[in-house]
Amino acid sequence: MPSAPATPPATAKAPALNRAGLPLTAYRGLPSTLCSGCGHDAITNMIIRASFEMNLEPAQVAKLSGIGCSSKTAAYFLNQSHGFNGVHGRMAAIATGVNLANHTLLNIGVSGDGDTASIGLGQFLHMVRRNVRICYIIENNGVYGLTKGQFSATADKGSTLKRGEVNEMDPIDACALAIEMGCEYVARSFSGDQKQLLNLLKGAMRYDGTALVDVVSPCITFNNHEGSTKSYKFAKEREEALHDVTYVPDYEPFFADYDHGQTHTIDLPDGARIVLKKLDRDYDPSDRVRALELLSRARDEHLFLTGLIYHHKGGPKPLTKQKKLVAEPLATLPQSRTRPSREVLESIMDSLS
Amino acid sequence: MSAIAPTPTSIPAPSAHGAFPVPQPLLNDFVLTVATVNGSGSQSANAVLFRAIFQMGVPVSGKSIFPSNIQGLPTWYTLRVNKEGWIARRADVDLLVALNPESVAEDLRALPSGASVILHSDLKSMLKRDDLKVHIVPFGELVAQVCPEVRLRKLVSNMVYVGVVGWLLGIELEEIQKAIVQQFGKKSKAIELNRNAANLGYNWSAEHLQNDRMLQIRRMDANRGKILIEGNAACSLGFLFGGVTVVGWYPITPSSSVIDNLAALLSRYRHDPETGKATYAVVQAEDEIAAIGFVLGAGWAGARAMTATSGPGISLMAEMAGLAYFAEIPAVIVDVQRVGPSTGLPTRTGQQDILKAHFLSHGDCRHPLLIPADPKEAYEFAALSLDLAERLQTLVFLMSDLDLGMNLWSAPRFAYPEKPMDRGKVLSAADLERLKKFERYRDVDGDGIPYRTLPGTRHPLAGYFTRGTGHTPAATYSEKTADWTENLDRLAKKFRAAADLLPAPVVEVESKGDVGLIAYGTSDMAVKEALDLLRREDGDAPGYLRLRGVPFSDAVRRYLERHRIVHVVEQNRDAQLTTLLRMDFPEFASRLRPLLHYDGMPLDAKSVVQKLRQARA
Ligand SMILES: Cc1ncc(C[n+]2csc(CCOP(=O)(O)OP(=O)(O)O)c2C)c(N)n1
Ligand code: SF4
Ligand SMILES: [Mg+2]
Repeated sequence: MPSAPATPPATAKAPALNRAGLPLTAYRGLPSTLCSGCGHDAITNMIIRASFEMNLEPAQVAKLSGIGCSSKTAAYFLNQSHGFNGVHGRMAAIATGVNLANHTLLNIGVSGDGDTASIGLGQFLHMVRRNVRICYIIENNGVYGLTKGQFSATADKGSTLKRGEVNEMDPIDACALAIEMGCEYVARSFSGDQKQLLNLLKGAMRYDGTALVDVVSPCITFNNHEGSTKSYKFAKEREEALHDVTYVPDYEPFFADYDHGQTHTIDLPDGARIVLKKLDRDYDPSDRVRALELLSRARDEHLFLTGLIYHHKGGPKPLTKQKKLVAEPLATLPQSRTRPSREVLESIMDSLS
Repeated sequence: MSAIAPTPTSIPAPSAHGAFPVPQPLLNDFVLTVATVNGSGSQSANAVLFRAIFQMGVPVSGKSIFPSNIQGLPTWYTLRVNKEGWIARRADVDLLVALNPESVAEDLRALPSGASVILHSDLKSMLKRDDLKVHIVPFGELVAQVCPEVRLRKLVSNMVYVGVVGWLLGIELEEIQKAIVQQFGKKSKAIELNRNAANLGYNWSAEHLQNDRMLQIRRMDANRGKILIEGNAACSLGFLFGGVTVVGWYPITPSSSVIDNLAALLSRYRHDPETGKATYAVVQAEDEIAAIGFVLGAGWAGARAMTATSGPGISLMAEMAGLAYFAEIPAVIVDVQRVGPSTGLPTRTGQQDILKAHFLSHGDCRHPLLIPADPKEAYEFAALSLDLAERLQTLVFLMSDLDLGMNLWSAPRFAYPEKPMDRGKVLSAADLERLKKFERYRDVDGDGIPYRTLPGTRHPLAGYFTRGTGHTPAATYSEKTADWTENLDRLAKKFRAAADLLPAPVVEVESKGDVGLIAYGTSDMAVKEALDLLRREDGDAPGYLRLRGVPFSDAVRRYLERHRIVHVVEQNRDAQLTTLLRMDFPEFASRLRPLLHYDGMPLDAKSVVQKLRQARA
C-alpha cells in the first residue's frame, strides 16, 4: 500500500465536463426508491448519460410524468431541472400546456404502460396527433407495478400474472398507435440494451416534435416469472435489433463511411444525425405501412423487435409552429405585449354602443 | 300593399265590464315575448328589437329561453322594458308574437286576460279566447313581396314582425333601421333585404291594424354611455386585457362563446405587429380533463392560462383541481353554470355548482370563487382571476351562469385596467443569486403564499420537483405527519389571505332594521326590484348585501353579526352558499334563511317578494 501523497497526484483527474461545463453527476437525481433490479432504474441511468452526452442545460429541461413506479423516476435524474409528477395518465396534457407556455424547453416525459396505454391512452394519442415537442419514454413492464402487479393494457396475449391469471386479450401497442397518429419518431428498446437505448434517447431528445421511445423494462417484483413476456429472461432471449443505432452529434464529423444500402441516415435538427446500420433484416423505417405490418407480425408471433421502428418527416408541424407562436416563451412575455392598448378597448366599446 | 286582402285585422278585446277600472297605457313598462322555432333565425330580429329600444334610451333586457338543439324546437325570447331600470325577468307577458305552430296553443292559453297578440295568419284557427287583443298578420304573403328568394323567406319574415312590433309599440322606424345596420355590419345585401322587410311590416301595420297605444315605447335618456354585450363576451374581453396567454378548452353550452369570442379577439389584437406571430395559444382539447391539463402545465411553466366550461366539464376536471390546489399552480376555470345534475337542462340557468366548484377534487381543498353579477363584473373579474391565480398560486373559479353569459345586457362602458398585471411571487435567476436559497413551499412572508421559480430559469437553485403527494417546505417527498398537517395549515392560511384580495361585498341596500338579505351573481336585479317593491307596497324591506366571492371577508361576518335574520337568495335547491356561510360562521348558522329558486328560469322579483312575505308571515 503506497502512503498517502502530500499533494494530490496529477493522475487524480477532475471529473470530465461536457460542453455545457457540467460533470455527469450534475445530471443525477435523488436516489431511487424502486425495487433493486427494476428495469426503470436502468432507463434512468441512460437518461442521465444521454443528457450529459447531449450537453443539456438543466434549466432548459422540464421533466414530466404521470403516476406509477415509472413516473416516480422523474425525481431520479436531472435534479437541477424543474420536474412535475402530475396525476395518473394525464402527463400528455400537462406536457402540452408546458410546451405552449414555453416552447424553448425540452420536455422529457416518463410514463408507464398503465399510465400511457390504460388510463392515459386518449391523452397520449391526442398529444401525438398534435405533435407536441417531447421525448416521451414509456417504461413498459406489462403490469401496474405501483398497485402491485395487475395486468396493464400492453400485456401480451397468453402471458400470465405471477398468480397464474392468463391475459386473453391482444396487447395495445403504443408504437403502432403512435405511427397511426402521425408520430415521426417511434422507437422500441429494452432497458437491458444500454447502447441502443442511449442512442435512441439522444435522437428523441433532439427531435422537434413528439418522439416516442417505448422501452421494455422488467418489473422484477411482479412480472419477471416464467409465463411473462416482459421478463428479463424473455427480453434477453428474444430481443432482435432491427439495426444498429448510432447518434452522431452535430459537432462530430460525419463520415459517410457506411456502405450505401447498408445504412439509413436520419437528419435531426441543427445538424445532428442518427445512423441506422443494417443487421440481419432488410428494414426501411421510413415506410409506414411496413412498420405497421412489422408490428402486427411481431404481436402475432411474439417477436421482440427493437430499434427505430419508424421515422418519416410527414406529420403535422409541431404544435407551437401550428400555433405560430412568437419566438419568446409566452410565459414571460411582458405586459406591453399581452395587454392591448387603451385605444383598442375604446374602439371595441364604441362598436358595442 | 293593397294587393293584400284587407281581411286580417286587429280584433280588440271586449271592453272591460264596468267593475274594472279603465286600463292605463303601459309606457316603457311591459313585457314582450316572441315565440318562434329554434334555428329559424329569429335571434337577429330579436337583437334588432332590443337594440332599437335601447337606442331610444329606454332600459331594456332580453332573455332567450331556448332548447338544447340546433333547429326545430320551440324557443322564446322575452324583452322587458322598464323605465325604472328594473330589467330582471318578469313572468307575465303583455304582448306575444305567436309564430310557432308547435307552441301557439299553450302560448295563447298562458296569456293574462287583456294581453295583446301578434298572430301569424296561418295560426288563426288556434285562437280560442276572446279576451285578448289580437292582430292577425299574413307574414307569408308579406315576406313574399320583399323577398323573391324562397330559400331566404323564413329568415326574412322575422324582420317583418320587427316592423309590426315597432309600429305597435311606437318604436321609431329610423332606430329600427339603424339597429339593422348594426346587426348586419358590412353585409349590404342582408341590410337591404331586412330593412325592406321591417319597413313593410311597419307600413302594412299602419294601414291594416288598429293601435290602441296601450303599450308604448317613449324616448328616454337612460342608456347614454352604455354598451350592449353578452356576459360571455364581457368575460372574453376581460381575459384579452388581462393578458391571457394559454387557453385550453372543450366546447359545452353555455360556455363555448367565452372561448369563441376570446379566440376571435386574440386573433385580431394579439399578433406581434412586426412578425405577425401570436402572443397566445388557444387549443381545443379532446375533453375537459385535457383542457385543465393544458392549463395546469401552462400555469406551472408561467403562462396566464384559463379554460371555460360548465357543470359536466367541471366534474371531469375534479382530479386536476386538487392537483392545482396542492401543488400550488395558478389556473383559472370559468364555470358558466347551467342546470344539472348530469346533462340536466343544458340551456337553462342556475347557481348550482357553488359547492361543487368550491370543494372540487378529493381531500381537503377549497378554491376561491369570483361571482360576477353583470357584464361589467364579468369583464373585471376575468382579468382579476388571472392576477389572483398567479398571486395565490392556486385554481380560481369565475362563477358565471347562462343568464349572464348568453343574454344581451346593457352595461356601462368597460374601463381600461389601470393597475399593472400581478404576476405573483416569482423569483428570477438574479433573485436566486441574491438570496442564495430557495424553498418552494416555505411560508417566507407569513401570508401562506410561497415563492416559485419558472422552468427555464438559468440558475442551479431554480429547479424543484412538483408533486401532488406529500412534501416538505423544500418540495422534497415526505410522508411525515407533521409535514402534512403543517402544509395543509399553511394552505388554509393562504386561502384566508385570499378573502382580502377578492372584491369586497357590496351593501346594495342599507338595512333599516335587523333583517338582512344576502344574494350573489345574477340574482341581483330581481332582488333589488323585489326590495323596492316591498318598500313601496309594504313599507318594509330587508337590507341587502351582495357577495362577490368566496372566501368570505370579515365584512360578511360583521353583516351576520348585525342582523337577527339574514335571507340568502340562491338559484339552487340545496342552499349551497348558505351551507358555506354556516360552515364558516357556525355561530350565526341559525340566522340564515335560504330563499331558493331552481326552476331553470332567471330569477324574477315577484317570486322573491312572495317568498319574503311568506317568511315574514
Ligand atoms: C386516477 C387514479 N386511479 C388509480 C390510481 C392508482 N394507480 C397508481 S399507479 C397505477 C398504475 C401504474 O402502472 P404503470 O403506469 O404501468 O406504472 P408502473 O408502476 O408499472 O411503472 C395505478 C392504477 C391513481 N394513482 N390514480
Ligand atoms: S414494483 Fe416493479 S415496477 Fe415497481 S419498482 Fe418494483 S420492480 Fe419496479
Ligand atoms: Mg407498468
